[in-house]
Amino acid sequence: MELTRRDALAALAAVGAAGAVGAGGLALSQSNGDDQPVSDHELATLVAVGGVVYPTEVEGVESFVRRYSVGRFADRPEYAAGVADAVAALDDYTRVWHDAEFASLDAETREETLSGMEVDISDPAPDGEDRERVRYYLVNELLYALFSTPTGGELAGIENPQGHPGGTASYRRGPQ
Amino acid sequence: MADRQPADRADVCVVGAGPAGGIVADKLASQGYDVVVLEAGPRFDDADREQRMERSIRPAHGPDSVWEMGGERDAYASTGERHYPLNAARVKGVGGSTLHWQGMVMRLHEQDFNVESETGVGADWPIDYEDLRPHYAAAEEQLGVAGASDNPFAPPREQPHPLPAFPPSYSDSLFAEACEEAGVTTHSVPNARLSESRNERSACVGYGTCQPVCPSGAKYDATIHVARAEQHGARVVDRAPVQRLEHDAAGERVTAAVYATPDGTEHRQEAREFVLAAGGVENPRLLLLSESEQYPDGLANSSGLVGRYFMDHLFAGVGGTLDEPTRQNHVGFNTTESHQFYDREDDSRGAIKLEFLNYAGPSPVEMALTGDDWGDEMLERIRDGYGNHVTVGALVEQPPRKENRVRLHPERTDDHGNPVPDVVWSLDDYTRRTIERANEIQREILEELGADVQWTVGPESTGPAFHHMGTTRMGDDPETSVVNPQLRTHDLRNLTIPSSSVFPTGGAMNPTLTIAALALKAAGHVAERL
Repeated sequence: MELTRRDALAALAAVGAAGAVGAGGLALSQSNGDDQPVSDHELATLVAVGGVVYPTEVEGVESFVRRYSVGRFADRPEYAAGVADAVAALDDYTRVWHDAEFASLDAETREETLSGMEVDISDPAPDGEDRERVRYYLVNELLYALFSTPTGGELAGIENPQGHPGGTASYRRGPQ
Repeated sequence: MADRQPADRADVCVVGAGPAGGIVADKLASQGYDVVVLEAGPRFDDADREQRMERSIRPAHGPDSVWEMGGERDAYASTGERHYPLNAARVKGVGGSTLHWQGMVMRLHEQDFNVESETGVGADWPIDYEDLRPHYAAAEEQLGVAGASDNPFAPPREQPHPLPAFPPSYSDSLFAEACEEAGVTTHSVPNARLSESRNERSACVGYGTCQPVCPSGAKYDATIHVARAEQHGARVVDRAPVQRLEHDAAGERVTAAVYATPDGTEHRQEAREFVLAAGGVENPRLLLLSESEQYPDGLANSSGLVGRYFMDHLFAGVGGTLDEPTRQNHVGFNTTESHQFYDREDDSRGAIKLEFLNYAGPSPVEMALTGDDWGDEMLERIRDGYGNHVTVGALVEQPPRKENRVRLHPERTDDHGNPVPDVVWSLDDYTRRTIERANEIQREILEELGADVQWTVGPESTGPAFHHMGTTRMGDDPETSVVNPQLRTHDLRNLTIPSSSVFPTGGAMNPTLTIAALALKAAGHVAERL
């Protein structure tokens, strides 16, 4: 299932950030200019985490994550700092075991690394330990974005998931 | 910086900016009276609602954090047989607990007003359904209720609801067949959320998170009435918790509400009339905190009943799964109920209101955020776990009992040094029997549906529905009640309490429509005296 620009907008609406992006604001973020709320490295790390935590049926992860991140972290410097801090914690862990940053690992090693750090069994906590912050700011951040969109919802069998203002028709429809 | 100084002149001082306070303030300000509203909590920014919704869905944030409850300001105790999670049950701020409520608005039944006479249990109200009937109609208009006149068990009404009811859900259609087999009649649910746009407010757009946050504003909350009151000239002071009420030398009139402001100072707001609208816990607490030489047991408490007869509704529920999709969690509100088991035939059980949930079982986003897996494994778990749940819930009546009460805790104090409320709460056998009867009906319906029943919330596992009632009960006799049928305290001539705290009994209907009706009634009585 392809994640589209519309899905990125839907995910932003679910976090109250749809208004933070202008008409051209959903362009892909690839620069490291001062106007970017998070750096290219953090974006690349989010994309890499998305590659692990999103189901393989999902296509268009990179463009979705980049588009989403532009709006999500704009005007939220504290939240963006939390993301940067979680990326640094993940990289610290990765350097110890693989002498590299997380984003530069291959897909299999990324998954092993997140599991090895016990991010999968950690509770998300914005002020918690390293693995809890990684769970909150990176893993759950991306899962919330995905599953509050119609495309993410449809993966699970619901076209109007919680957090998405999908109207009052779908609850009346039977299974298609 | 907000001006939190007292107004030089006020006809009316309202304590609390929830639905009762907001409606009274709007009604009186629109008639030209000078109204000041003192609200303990903050004024929340509507622009933050999506972020509050996110906090409600993402598991790192506790439920109390969505509307910023907790801490020393909201410290409380719960020393009864049953724990009472008070801060999950209320919101302090402009809008009050309607900010996080479900938004179900039904009228009490005629029997509710005479339940002691008819069954020997509980108490009679000093007013009848007919006394409240015009106020109910006005309250439905004020709240913008979406409903239909298809409920054969409802009390008589004179006109349709202001807006059409939300149509039944897909799962309602599954329940309808099973209920017919089980001999249970179902009908629509009156909702205080817009089924059509109205007065520049959006119709419901289906965020699915009604409780505790409606980002679209389609669900009624009391910020609507507070804003309207301000348009009519009312002054609303937020973050201004009232510390005590003062009275005159004769002990007949309240003279001032003493409130604190964030800078640590105290102010006195004088007024001709005072309206106490801080909910079923803070209303009695403030009266008890307002003790004086003349009233050592607290204000308006010559009966000794302030804080007594605390009641809530109990949740009863049975849930399970079907071997087919049930299409849950698209919206956060219900569209079918049954009031068939509401009225009591005798003293064997209390009122039961059956609810057929549209949000049974987990939602996919919540499952994704709480698992120990990700990727394909997570998706498989979500597909297995979502989509075939069913739940029949119920609200169950709890009769008034003197030992259930809100009192001042003898040792613990809040951020202003005032004793915190201590909620002393327990269940009696009558309530347990009623919960068991609700469970029987629920199980029968699910068995007709062919469900694999997986859980029951019964007498041991039940919890409160967060409807605080009874603690300043209404009656004709000053020795057995706190306020009279005009909602004015027996002891103080200018103190009115339009609240669920005046309910002598609670029935099993969500209380806010009745609170709104009482607020409209009370506003009329206050205006007559001004």
